[in-house]
Amino acid sequence: MTSRPELQAPPEIFYNDDEARKYTSSSRIIEIQAKLSERALELLALPNDGVHRLLLDIGCGSGLSGETLTENGHQWIGLDISQSMLDVALEREVEGDLVLGDMGQGLDLRTGVIDGAISISAVQWLCNADKSSHEPRIRLKAFFGSLYRSLARGARAVLQVYPENLAQRELILSFAMRAGFSGGVVVDFPHSTKSRKEYLVLTCGPPSLSSAAPRGKGEDGESCSDEDSSGDEDNQSVCVSDRHRPRKKQKLNKKMKGREWVLRKKEQRRRKGTAVPADTKYTARKRKARF
Amino acid sequence: MRLLTHNMLSSNIKGVTNGFPLLIEVEKVVEKQVDFNEDFLRNMFPKIEWKALVEASRTMGYTELPENAESSMLDSDEFLRKFHHALIELHLEEGALVCPETGRKFPVNKGIPNMLLHEDEV
Ligand SMILES: C[S@@+](CC[C@H](N)C(=O)[O-])C[C@H]1O[C@@H](n2cnc3c(N)ncnc32)[C@H](O)[C@@H]1O
Repeated sequence: MTSRPELQAPPEIFYNDDEARKYTSSSRIIEIQAKLSERALELLALPNDGVHRLLLDIGCGSGLSGETLTENGHQWIGLDISQSMLDVALEREVEGDLVLGDMGQGLDLRTGVIDGAISISAVQWLCNADKSSHEPRIRLKAFFGSLYRSLARGARAVLQVYPENLAQRELILSFAMRAGFSGGVVVDFPHSTKSRKEYLVLTCGPPSLSSAAPRGKGEDGESCSDEDSSGDEDNQSVCVSDRHRPRKKQKLNKKMKGREWVLRKKEQRRRKGTAVPADTKYTARKRKARF
Repeated sequence: MRLLTHNMLSSNIKGVTNGFPLLIEVEKVVEKQVDFNEDFLRNMFPKIEWKALVEASRTMGYTELPENAESSMLDSDEFLRKFHHALIELHLEEGALVCPETGRKFPVNKGIPNMLLHEDEV
């Protein structure tokens, strides 16, 4: 397996002129980035009113992801730390505005002005300490805090990420939750090593019906188009986690989920006016392994 | 960089309490024609800091924007056209953005503002 780019050099060094060039010359990269961006835009779930919005593209690079936003009529501001990548974006004559900046230093935007944000394959870079002065936690905090502030209430941020491992995904997600976002992770094609893609779907503001993370792709025989991913295992199930607090706390809660917990939850639901099945002796009983 | 983006950017140097609006130093302005989109303008209007937009467009040599604006003016086609032009057709190509509190300059080259902070500014 090739080593992760994140482990090779800081992003402003790794994404040099050569690497940036690949983003205009490799049709494979172009196609993948376009697909990821389209899915991210779909998950942004902007109001279906045809109005074009002001969006943010974090780690916009050479502007491949931004082009998807333009094709859908939106205005966007792209932020990237690599001058070489932005130079390529200029060459491509992207329509969004480009800003050279480091998301780990916090976004320098006014409060509540952005209608939505996407980020394609960039945020995991924050988990690396590339300089002695870099502390991933501080940078994640600065990023998510400033992202939260810049978004309009109820607006979403959809961040497609390649976390190196479970711990890294937890780290990223926990800082998102701490900043005040609600939402969770959507995993498309969870059983395919090649096509598996993760999106943090975050909503600015307290959890609500609309902030629940939507379902991932990969069910109902819908297959993804990467060549070697047509095995049936792709299409079996989908793993979606939807939460608005760090997983650690949730794990604790899980242990206590007995009949009482279920009854309490059902009561809460009833008070909210949701239709809930009546309590019976079967409520919260353990199922046999086989029916 | 368009004034749309200028209107959203603020300096976030450590210790700065009001980094908005960034002053503009102009070396070169370019105009690019963009399709007029009324819905977008209506959606953006409430989020725009009008005074900052007026000031910025003047610095860039465009003096047609009224001093004050309110949402009822969005019914005027003439107003919308001017708003559109100032917001997304004027680009700062070369120059600098200046933090209003510290005077720190963020250079703008080829239309891209360099907002990278030095380590002691984070
Ligand atoms: C895999 S590329 C994706 C580029 C673009 N989103 C696309 O879809 O083509 C990741 C980008 O994230 C940028 N990046 C990494 N760390 C960053 C940081 N701290 N701040 C801003 N951009 C960063 C890199 O410079 C690179 O352009």
